[in-house]
Amino acid sequence: MAAPLTLLLLVAVTIRAALFRSSLSELIAERVEVVSPLTAWKRVIEGLALLDLGVSPYSGDVFHETPLIIYLFHFVVDYAEITFMLADVITAVALYLAVKDYNKQVFRKQKFALEADRYPLDCLELIRSPKEMYYIPLKVAMFYLLNPFTILSCVAKSTCGLNNAVIALFILSTIKGNVLLSAIFLSLATYQSIYPLTLCAPALLYLMQRQYIPVNFRRASFWWFIVQYAFMYLGSLFVIICLSFFLLGSWDYLPSVYGFILSVPDLTPNIGLFWYFFAEMFEHFRLFFLCVFQINVFFYTIPLSIKLKEHPVFLIFMQLAVISIFKSYPTVGDIALYLAFLPVWSHLHRFLRNIFLVSCVLLACSALFPVLWHLWIYAGSANSNFYYAITLLFNVAQILLVSDYFYAFLRREHHLTYGLYLKRKDGSEATLVLK
Amino acid sequence: MAAYRYGYSAVLFILCGLSVFLVTNGQETILTGDDGAAAVDSPQTVTETAEQTAEQPAVEERQWEVTEVEEASPDEAAADKQDASAPETLVPPSVPRPKDDFQEELVIRPLHSGDIYASFQFRTLWETDFMRGNKVSHYRLFPKSLGQVISKFSVRELHISFTQGYWRTMQWGQPFLPAPPGAELWVWFQDSVTDVDGTWKELTNVLSGIFCASLNFIDSTNTVQPSASFKPLGISNVTDHRFLRYATLPREIVCTENLTPWKKLLPCGTKAGLAVLLKSEKLFHSSFHSQAVHIRPVCEDWQCKTTSWELRQTLSVVFDLHTSGQGKREWSLFKMFSRTLTDACPLASSSKVYIDITDNPEGEQFELIPATPLLSQAVVLGDRRTFSVYDLTQQITFGAVRSLNLLIRWKSTEGDMLRPLLHGERYVAGYGLQTGEIHTLMYNNHPYRSFPVLLLDSVPWYLRLYIHTLTVTSKAKDNKPSYIHYQPSKDRVRPHLLEMLVQLPPNSVTEVTVQFERALLKWTEYTPDPNHGFYVGSSVLSSLVPSIVAMDTNSTQERPLFSSFFPCKEESSYFVRVYTEPLLVNLPTPDFSMPYNVICLTCTVVAVGYGSLYNLLTRSFQIEEPSLGLAKRIANIIRKMRGVPPL
Repeated sequence: MAAPLTLLLLVAVTIRAALFRSSLSELIAERVEVVSPLTAWKRVIEGLALLDLGVSPYSGDVFHETPLIIYLFHFVVDYAEITFMLADVITAVALYLAVKDYNKQVFRKQKFALEADRYPLDCLELIRSPKEMYYIPLKVAMFYLLNPFTILSCVAKSTCGLNNAVIALFILSTIKGNVLLSAIFLSLATYQSIYPLTLCAPALLYLMQRQYIPVNFRRASFWWFIVQYAFMYLGSLFVIICLSFFLLGSWDYLPSVYGFILSVPDLTPNIGLFWYFFAEMFEHFRLFFLCVFQINVFFYTIPLSIKLKEHPVFLIFMQLAVISIFKSYPTVGDIALYLAFLPVWSHLHRFLRNIFLVSCVLLACSALFPVLWHLWIYAGSANSNFYYAITLLFNVAQILLVSDYFYAFLRREHHLTYGLYLKRKDGSEATLVLK
Repeated sequence: MAAYRYGYSAVLFILCGLSVFLVTNGQETILTGDDGAAAVDSPQTVTETAEQTAEQPAVEERQWEVTEVEEASPDEAAADKQDASAPETLVPPSVPRPKDDFQEELVIRPLHSGDIYASFQFRTLWETDFMRGNKVSHYRLFPKSLGQVISKFSVRELHISFTQGYWRTMQWGQPFLPAPPGAELWVWFQDSVTDVDGTWKELTNVLSGIFCASLNFIDSTNTVQPSASFKPLGISNVTDHRFLRYATLPREIVCTENLTPWKKLLPCGTKAGLAVLLKSEKLFHSSFHSQAVHIRPVCEDWQCKTTSWELRQTLSVVFDLHTSGQGKREWSLFKMFSRTLTDACPLASSSKVYIDITDNPEGEQFELIPATPLLSQAVVLGDRRTFSVYDLTQQITFGAVRSLNLLIRWKSTEGDMLRPLLHGERYVAGYGLQTGEIHTLMYNNHPYRSFPVLLLDSVPWYLRLYIHTLTVTSKAKDNKPSYIHYQPSKDRVRPHLLEMLVQLPPNSVTEVTVQFERALLKWTEYTPDPNHGFYVGSSVLSSLVPSIVAMDTNSTQERPLFSSFFPCKEESSYFVRVYTEPLLVNLPTPDFSMPYNVICLTCTVVAVGYGSLYNLLTRSFQIEEPSLGLAKRIANIIRKMRGVPPL
């Protein structure tokens, strides 16, 4: 299994290296779909230049990276291309190992269930075989590394790649059952961009499942585990934040990074929902809608955790998707991360309802982004509404994709309990509906 | 009105008595009692202040009244109709030197392009102290409105200019007083001011009212604190730039409503002296118009023992050969201003008209009618210039017709202008509405000397500058600035400030480029005509340029006003300030017509997300049972009643 992965890594690195050398890299680095004000490499360089001039990079409104990132690139700015390729490779390998481990567990669980005769008889075709599961980890790595979104993001040197690497390491350490590392990487991811905070729910569920701690509010062991995890998470977050304070000697970065993420002052167009909405917002409603939109990102955590408490990895996927759709400055790099999980759910394909339509819309939108951008910004023959319409459609497609997978997942679970070919009372073939 | 006048003279009478009393007491109080009305300053202004507050609306009127008294007294006491009830006040209490002084001056420089440049300067000097806690309430020549501004806001220096049109340095040479297009305001506050930003905000609003201009649009987003480019021009010991504020409004349109309040600040108004020429219908029919007010403390004498406040009101105008001159190379005062001069301002100690004849020593370029025997030489902008002088205080100047209508008639169009040594240009490069690049070109035309230039750029926040893309090249080589002061912008709070010191090699062009990104603003932040573009104020080049002739470093000696504005510290160089063109930059715009649609559509998408997840989260899968039709159900009920099994 190592050989194909190595080959894949080689191919991915070659593609990236070739693009870095070509004239396309500058073009890509300017694309608003690929870089946001939070992740643009140009702004990292600007922050370093400001430091060289003796000005705090957070005194202006151009630089919004965290102090650790600027400290990192203070040393490796000359090797930035290698750093970003390395980040992608780390993400891919981490996801590969994580999914491999997860598949093993899924298989083991299925075996127990089969031995206990828990599945209805007609569900045999829903049972997953080791043969089909064998290539899934490799496919996940491939989906991440060869996804054009990831490649663009890497070639543009968007720091989104680094955030993805941290999240992938968090997923790996969670699935491997390492509580401490999981908490540390989660705090790092939170520190980088607040939103991964919602991933603590699936992490807790997964780790408890692994340690056979029942999810029961009345059990002391449940609370004790939560306190342990929270302590590790908050402790490492505290350490990182203090470290950042000592690196630059001021708290300026807090409003400049987190205030910037939450209050959305920069309305540079991107593929998200925020920019045009807040450009056109009436001033006195601005704060209200800002709260509504930001709460929206965090809001789904609790109901999803309740519904999916037996399936924390699917919950991670759902959370990543929700974050990347509803976050304030999304880029295609964020989308690439949750798209990498699609091969893991390849057994759901028979229940997907509109995957063909959704993938067509996603492809068409991806192609239309640069076209309408050109028409608006350069040709002047279209206006902002055109680009905005495409972002809307793109987001609708993403939402449909995610809810479709969610639907398929729930439906498969239902069939595994009640049988695949359900009959009505009168014996005719029944149709399943949500009620 | 009569009662008021009576009351006023009574107050004057009391105060005069008081002041005499004080003199006899040998107190140190300074008396302003010059050759007429008893003057009031210092501690005993209690009564005066009380009266002033009681009669605030009449301030303007009284100021004029006092001036009239002053004007009348030196001539004939008989002309004094107003103060008849208080003849004692006319007795001068033996102070020989007046504490305030007014000079007016007009310089005309024929330009090689056939255009003509006229520059008015009015200077009021007043030896007083606005800052010493006590209220100055007696104003003679100095406009009260500005005096109150100085004392209320603790202003050390105030420079304000309103300009319509752009000064073309390469065609017209250096102006006597440079000014950027639009409005420019820079103020040094006293170091006693604690809340500089608050004071600045109030000051701009007050000035906005005084000059009928949109200076109230000056806020933190267009105000900067330059660290080196704007040093105090008067005497000062503080150069801490925390007390300096600089702002430009490049879009400000200057017109009659700004000129009228400006003219009202003159002691003679537009009734006499050079100011009669200031008719707006002509002044604004020109290629360049700039009016300014400069207030600063200056030294009275060589040792700087006494200081006084200087108010300079300047107005420069360039008339175009073709639009104003009908294409004829012949200019007269009447043709330029549609007025002629008939007298000097009676309050002025000096009133002169200078014509620059340096390029015309033998009269071969143009002819000057009437000719004058008076010649004057002055060192202006590093060059020794010769001027024909017309002294308006001499009756002989006006001749038999009692009116002076200067006529300049060209004989040949030959000749070459002295090229300005420093010159700047600026433009925006790039296409599209995403990014761009600002190019600033600085020309050093000196054949063998290099000199340093301070470049000041204040760029609004919505053009996000990337300082790491800053390049400075001269003669195709990298020219590293020896000093860079950069303050990045804060969105909706403050602009970018870039100041740097660049050494310009001799005979070269130095190019400064910096890239920027255009921000998308909220729809309410755009101007009513967003596709017109957004203005970016001029860059300011300040430099000490090597001088050809020795400069005059004694600032107190008698010199023509136009040559003495910028203080000169050394003989070998002179100070020049050059403004580049303002920029007009387009920003991407949202569609202004559909905020409701955008709000609805985006909310719909969010609702789609919420709805589909809500659906899946709250509902569960169930087998669809076909529901029976209404008829069947009714039939079943009937069958049940009949005791028959249902269908």
